[in-house]
Amino acid sequence: MHRTWAIIERELRRFRKSPMMIVMSMIFPLLQLIVLGYAFGGNVKHLKLAIVDQDGGVPAVKIKELATAVSAGARTLDLVDYTDQGRAMTDLRNGVVNGVLTIPPDFSRRSLTGSDPRVALISDNTDTFVSATMAGTVGSVVAALNAPAAPVRVQGVAGLDVVEVYPYVPYIQYLLPGSITMSIFMMVMIGGGIIFIDDKARGLHEGYLVTPITKLELVAGFNISGTIKAVLAGACIMVLGSLIAGVPSPLDPIRLLRMLIVVALTAFSLISLMFLLMVRVTDPLMPRMMFGLLNTVLYFPSGAVYPQAGFPGWMKVIAAVDPFTYAVHAFKSLLLKNTGFNAIAGDVLFLFVFSAIAMTAATALFKRTL
Amino acid sequence: MTQDLPNAIDVRAIVKTFGDFTAVDHISFAVKDGEIFGLLGPNGAGKSTLIRMMVTLLPPTEGTALINGFDVVAKADDVRRSIGVIPQAMTSDLELSVEENLLIFAKLYGVPREKRNRLITELLEAVELTQWRDKPVKNLSGGMRRRVEIARGLVHEPRVFFLDEPTTGLDPVSRTAVWGMLQKIKSQRDLTVLITTHYMDEADKLCDRIAIVDHGKLVVLDSPAALKASIPGRDPASVTLDDVFVHYTGRDLRDALQEPSAQDSPFVMRR
Repeated sequence: MHRTWAIIERELRRFRKSPMMIVMSMIFPLLQLIVLGYAFGGNVKHLKLAIVDQDGGVPAVKIKELATAVSAGARTLDLVDYTDQGRAMTDLRNGVVNGVLTIPPDFSRRSLTGSDPRVALISDNTDTFVSATMAGTVGSVVAALNAPAAPVRVQGVAGLDVVEVYPYVPYIQYLLPGSITMSIFMMVMIGGGIIFIDDKARGLHEGYLVTPITKLELVAGFNISGTIKAVLAGACIMVLGSLIAGVPSPLDPIRLLRMLIVVALTAFSLISLMFLLMVRVTDPLMPRMMFGLLNTVLYFPSGAVYPQAGFPGWMKVIAAVDPFTYAVHAFKSLLLKNTGFNAIAGDVLFLFVFSAIAMTAATALFKRTL
Repeated sequence: MTQDLPNAIDVRAIVKTFGDFTAVDHISFAVKDGEIFGLLGPNGAGKSTLIRMMVTLLPPTEGTALINGFDVVAKADDVRRSIGVIPQAMTSDLELSVEENLLIFAKLYGVPREKRNRLITELLEAVELTQWRDKPVKNLSGGMRRRVEIARGLVHEPRVFFLDEPTTGLDPVSRTAVWGMLQKIKSQRDLTVLITTHYMDEADKLCDRIAIVDHGKLVVLDSPAALKASIPGRDPASVTLDDVFVHYTGRDLRDALQEPSAQDSPFVMRR
């Protein structure tokens, strides 16, 4: 065990002399949190909607008034009046407007006679977020038009009251669990994988291999020192990210303690995975190349940026064995729901078992000779 | 001088092949306790492969070697505890200080806490780096870095010391300084030294006996004086080890394939 501590001591002494490493491992996740959080977090506004009123009757004017009310209030829509349908369609295709709402010539007559009056929304569906927002907004305008002038005494249709269990969660808070996991991963790659292979390529490992250190002591030394470095990075993002994202009670000591335990387990599982992947690698370019690959394969299927319920089957399989998935779920539970350990017992168990398997496999594959 | 002493190193018909290529071909020799033994040979002759097998970095394909009586395959950890190794590549940590480098290796070898500081202080004095003990290795010259490695290799008081081309890349002044350090340390300790080198003057000055290896085979083994005397038709007083080397290995330029080493890496530190 004293040899394992010697490896840990060496790695941490080096780490202390390279503060840039911890800064570098935090810059990307913090930037990602801020940029993605604010880029995706806001409501879509100022969508240009062309209105082609071919009718001119009272119901048509009422639709335009309701749409104008939306544009004045929520500012989701900016209305542009068109008299020529063809011109409006050309502008839609050229990106001048985001949608065209056509009120056909017989709309008022059909409305007044109750014979299925319809308006048409033609939207640019190359941007699904924009087209979905526009369809939803125009849909609410039409629903408001259809609402009875005076409420009926006894409602004949079922209604839905939505009660949210937790306060509103902005997207930046939704992203924070993924950013904490990403900062741990960055440190695992920079402070663990890349340094490990660079040291090997420089011949530094020859120095270790001529000592009586065992494979397990060596792998454990690298894993524990890598875990300590990654915990430092993860803990920094945990606190800084909570403050930036506006998580309620960001410094709650009980939650911080629980978070720290998950940070440590996540760090250990990711460093064990990294050593398993790197244990036979000698080319210094390999960990750099794998960095981007692993980032994509581990981060995006984890549910950090998009709910896993929307994934195809093959991606759900990747997500099921991805340690990021369990780390992100545990951080979400603790950060956004302020749960106890009961809610994350499965995540903790998975990360622990995953670490044990990966470290055992890495030790078995480690070559004690050149 | 060392006739009756036990063997510190006993290499027995050792072979190493890489695929179809035989790097070391049935080499046998013994080094007596306390001897300084030189291993010479052209580039790609198999010296480094041979030394790597003796220090347990490479498993032999056939044969074996006993170091301090321990088999390099069956008792590898006992071998490792009893030897000090300076590999060809620079293996000190550049970011750490001189003292930290020694301290980490003292801990890796399990040197007791109470002995550690005394040993490190003695070794730094021996290699004349006491005043640089707190300085990062990256701030030292190539010769000083080599002296750090020598001190590091001796921090657990090994009985056999392996040095693989310890002065390659050093300027003549630094080289002479390293030789001086080695001789001084050798005179103070019960130490057997096996050294590989390209520098004939180094071998001539330091070594009690010299083995010349070529094409993976042991060509000749004797004392420097006897090797010089073995050159036919020449006055031994006028013969140098360079002459001996050329006599036994020929003048052909060697183009040999070899296993890539740490020094071939684009990320290697230059000494």
